[in-house]
Amino acid sequence: MGEQSGAQNAWDMLSDEQSQKHITTGSGDLNDILGGGIHCKEVTEIGGVPGVGKTQLGIQLAINVQIPVEYGGLGGKAVYIDTEGSFMVERVYQIAEGCIRDILEHFPHSHEKSSSGQKQLQPEHFLADIYYFRICSYTEQIAVINYLEKFLGEHKDVRIVVIDNVTFHFRQDFEDLALRTRVLSGLSLKLMKIAKTYNLAVVLLNQVTTKFTEGSFQLTLALGDSWSHSCTNRLILYWNGNERYAHLDKSPSLPVASAPYAVTGKGIRDAVSSHHKRARVT
Amino acid sequence: MANMPVSEMRLPPHLAHLLAARRLDTAKDVLSLPEVELMAILDAGLPTARAAVALVSEAACPPCQTALTLLEERVRLGGGGRLATTLCGLDEALGGGIPMGKLTEVVGPSGIGKTQFCLKLALLAALPEYYGGLDGRVVYIDTEFKFSSRRMIEIGQKSFPQIFRQGLAQKMAGRILVTRPTSLADFTKSLEEMKVTLLQHDVKLLIVDSMAALMSLENEKATAGFRQHPLRWTLSFLKSIAEFSRVPVVVTNQVRSQSNDDGYHFSFEVDKKDGNKCAERFDSHLVAALGIQWAHAVTVRLVFESHSGHRFIKVAKSPMSPAVAFPFVVESSGITLLRDESIDVTGPEITSIRCQGQNVLAR
Repeated sequence: MGEQSGAQNAWDMLSDEQSQKHITTGSGDLNDILGGGIHCKEVTEIGGVPGVGKTQLGIQLAINVQIPVEYGGLGGKAVYIDTEGSFMVERVYQIAEGCIRDILEHFPHSHEKSSSGQKQLQPEHFLADIYYFRICSYTEQIAVINYLEKFLGEHKDVRIVVIDNVTFHFRQDFEDLALRTRVLSGLSLKLMKIAKTYNLAVVLLNQVTTKFTEGSFQLTLALGDSWSHSCTNRLILYWNGNERYAHLDKSPSLPVASAPYAVTGKGIRDAVSSHHKRARVT
Repeated sequence: MANMPVSEMRLPPHLAHLLAARRLDTAKDVLSLPEVELMAILDAGLPTARAAVALVSEAACPPCQTALTLLEERVRLGGGGRLATTLCGLDEALGGGIPMGKLTEVVGPSGIGKTQFCLKLALLAALPEYYGGLDGRVVYIDTEFKFSSRRMIEIGQKSFPQIFRQGLAQKMAGRILVTRPTSLADFTKSLEEMKVTLLQHDVKLLIVDSMAALMSLENEKATAGFRQHPLRWTLSFLKSIAEFSRVPVVVTNQVRSQSNDDGYHFSFEVDKKDGNKCAERFDSHLVAALGIQWAHAVTVRLVFESHSGHRFIKVAKSPMSPAVAFPFVVESSGITLLRDESIDVTGPEITSIRCQGQNVLAR
């Protein structure tokens, strides 16, 4: 078969898929249900009730994407698009420190290696590699997503784009719901294209709302059914008794599954009840 | 910069004229349209529409920073970006105190001490810096006529006897501006005027006590569908005021009793629905009138509740700390913690609000 523009045969795709890297979440159990971690070249939606840890996970991923290649990470940079002002920089610093501490624990001789060309294991260096946009309206949200195409062309080392959260401005200010649906579809297509073109992970944090189905109110992710088609993967964070759980609700290749996780001073880690003994750096 | 005029964007002349001819005057006008519709309106081809969108987006996009420059800015602004409450355990849990530039919610049943807490915060913001204050003015929006000058001065005299003995009571009290809107329209108007006031008059703290009262005033008049709109607009306006002026904004919220069919779950949690009724009551109290959208929007949520014969301040939502609680009492000097060591809170207790052993919901 010839080279049809844009088309790839399934065998080639398989080797692509296998060599695709994942971004660790910090929790081994969570990585397991995700097939190794958050996938590059895909859009992953992460939703949950307030306070369950969406922003914590978003920040953790923006740090973990930077784990140097020699420690099993992607050695990439992050773009963090903050729509609500949830990004608290002191917390980002804490999470960077936690990540570095775990790297040093796993690789005890790393501080002896020469640091030429390698990322310095200092929290400030991790913070410097997170590109941050603070947006205050849906117009700015659309603008920044459109601008990303140019920005990423100029910053080819970005391997994750986090939007925290994608829902806020669209729920508030958009009066014409039908138009909103069309605009959102356009945005989601753009984001999928960005993920594939630049081989990076796009992570969209989403809020919850209630929906009346099957005779009762249920929790569901915001922006409705039209949006829910747009994401490749969907992870829902929720409370199960006293523990935080993540439920993989949608994935092209992985089964639906749930796993516990914890939010600690160092960031996202395995829950205390997990069988994973050590924090997952890789 | 949604309202950034296209005329200021330095677009290539042919594009600028094309957009102006079709009355697409601001970034918002251009970007609210899907590409195909823009093509139709401009009566141009896809490359032209795409070029227009790309250039307008680049112009309207906020500047790119890094997390490091944010940190450096925070350090440069000093004060750690917090208003210390002087309740040591609480301040430690919050990373120094109530965060500036963010929305903090104080929620709890009636009579538990929310207003007492706000009065103390107001005082602290007014105090001179060498006493640990912010040396600024305070705007106190009092919707339930609960603000008591007498009580506030009493708190001041008992907490900071050395200052108040020197007769600074008048000066301190003079820094606290109290407004009493009687309707949402009134409130909205004062908020709009607020943006200018905040900067001109060196306001260091904005308190809304209480938010829920205003909303329920409107509810009595409005239709069911309308209820969401004033809340949404108010939410984003308060947040933008907070960030724009780098001022802490504290909002109090009321509770209402839980009805039987509250307690929501995701569809994949199906088996929970038929389970223990008691367990259900703990879940998702945030889904109520001021409800879940509000809960998402606040950065810090302090729940004031009572159980087991004590009152507690619980840090239910905070980017800086896990959920912890502190027992407190209300004395003549205001709110005082009974202990500075926090009590860990996990699971459904984080989101529930307890009042004398029963669960209630945030209004």
